[in-house]
Amino acid sequence: MEKFINVTLRVWRQRGPKEKGQFVDYKMEKVSTDSSFFEMLDALNEKLVSQKQEPIVFDHDCREGICGTCSLYINGRPHGNDTAVTTCQLHMRRFSDGETIIVEPWRSTAFPVIRDLMVDRTAFEKIQQAGGYISVNTGGPRDANEIPISKIDADEAMDSASCIGCGACVAACKNASAMLFVSAKVSQFALLPQGKVEAKQRVKAMVAKMDELGFGNCTNTRACEVECPKSVSISNIARLNRELICAKLSD
Amino acid sequence: MWLVDSSVGRKVIMSVSGLFLIVFLLLHLSVNCLMYVSPAAFGLGCEFMGTPFVTAMVPVLALGFVIHIVYAFILNARNLKARGHQKYAGGSKTKIDWAAKNMLVLGIIVLGGLAFHMTHFWAEMQLPLFLGTEEYASVPANELFNADGELVAPYYLAKIAFTNVLISFIYIVWIAAVWFHLSHGFWSAFQTLGVNNRVWYTRWRNIGIIIATILCLGFISIPVSFLIGILN
Repeated sequence: MEKFINVTLRVWRQRGPKEKGQFVDYKMEKVSTDSSFFEMLDALNEKLVSQKQEPIVFDHDCREGICGTCSLYINGRPHGNDTAVTTCQLHMRRFSDGETIIVEPWRSTAFPVIRDLMVDRTAFEKIQQAGGYISVNTGGPRDANEIPISKIDADEAMDSASCIGCGACVAACKNASAMLFVSAKVSQFALLPQGKVEAKQRVKAMVAKMDELGFGNCTNTRACEVECPKSVSISNIARLNRELICAKLSD
Repeated sequence: MWLVDSSVGRKVIMSVSGLFLIVFLLLHLSVNCLMYVSPAAFGLGCEFMGTPFVTAMVPVLALGFVIHIVYAFILNARNLKARGHQKYAGGSKTKIDWAAKNMLVLGIIVLGGLAFHMTHFWAEMQLPLFLGTEEYASVPANELFNADGELVAPYYLAKIAFTNVLISFIYIVWIAAVWFHLSHGFWSAFQTLGVNNRVWYTRWRNIGIIIATILCLGFISIPVSFLIGILN
């Protein structure tokens, strides 16, 4: 049932990458529990603009949990206190009346803050560019059933491919490791015949790029899996390790 | 060399050295359990540990410890750097295993136990074999051998240590830290080596907890037995 709650938002404000940031408190009154977290933030920004203040900068795009753009660390958890949702799918019914909500950007050396709650995640794109693709010659489309793929492999590859690259795994990890992201991107190809051709070169290039960009070393705490909005499994990380060890040993 | 240059390689070093140390602990526990047979049987076990084949393994074992410990610090330093100096004001509310996030602290506690073990037992038993000095130097002459001339000095060392309530208590704390360390470390090693998937995750975890429990109950039973008088 719809209720109205009063909350205090403690939001990280930072003018630019090099500037010093700090938390600023904003009071929001009579927020509908049916509204989404972003609708509440939109209302706050409207208020700030009407008061001739700078609105809070945060990443958002599709607002339906698909694009992987939204990235808020709310009350100690990436994407807030809910399971398998992105920030845009988080609702105000998850909060209680009078609560102080701490809203922070992703924190990690590889994801520097651009402004306020927006971080630079091009590191993920650089990892993808290092090998997260398959090379196919263009031409007439081949028959879809020409290459048989088992249902098990197809399902597993699709589960890996559900990674939206939001970076919650890095944000949640005490080591700021990007292993869940990289392993999902390696797995979605490693499981399929089309991806096997470049498998060895891909895993080596992507892991090397991940290390170069300053992500941490995985210690299997499983925090990534718990916070992943798409519930990507750490079995992908085991597969990544296996792929890399085999590729290195066969050199 | 990928083992030291790559993050996965460094983790492989941690997991292989860790599994090697678990094998050592199992061997060590089997020798300790000879105390339940008789002081002389334990003495015989310790003499076996002093045979050239076993002593030749000592540098390898030491290397295993050194690598595991040094890499623990290297990896932690790298991970702290990756995390960045700006901490989360809201902390971390993600529910993860207590042991998983405290492996370094648990390891440092275990290190204390290792130091005690080295100074009180190893320095009396194996170290003299390398230095060419007298073994069991701190054991009184009349406690070295029993009436049948069998070596009982190792048993005497254990008795002196574990009839002390404080030492026994701290020893139990060390072993408990080993349990928590292995409850995460065992399955984690197989995950790092890539020998894991959705099904085996639960299996490795349970096998790890069983091995950790056997090891720790075994080690803890000895000070407890000395304290309640099963061993004397």
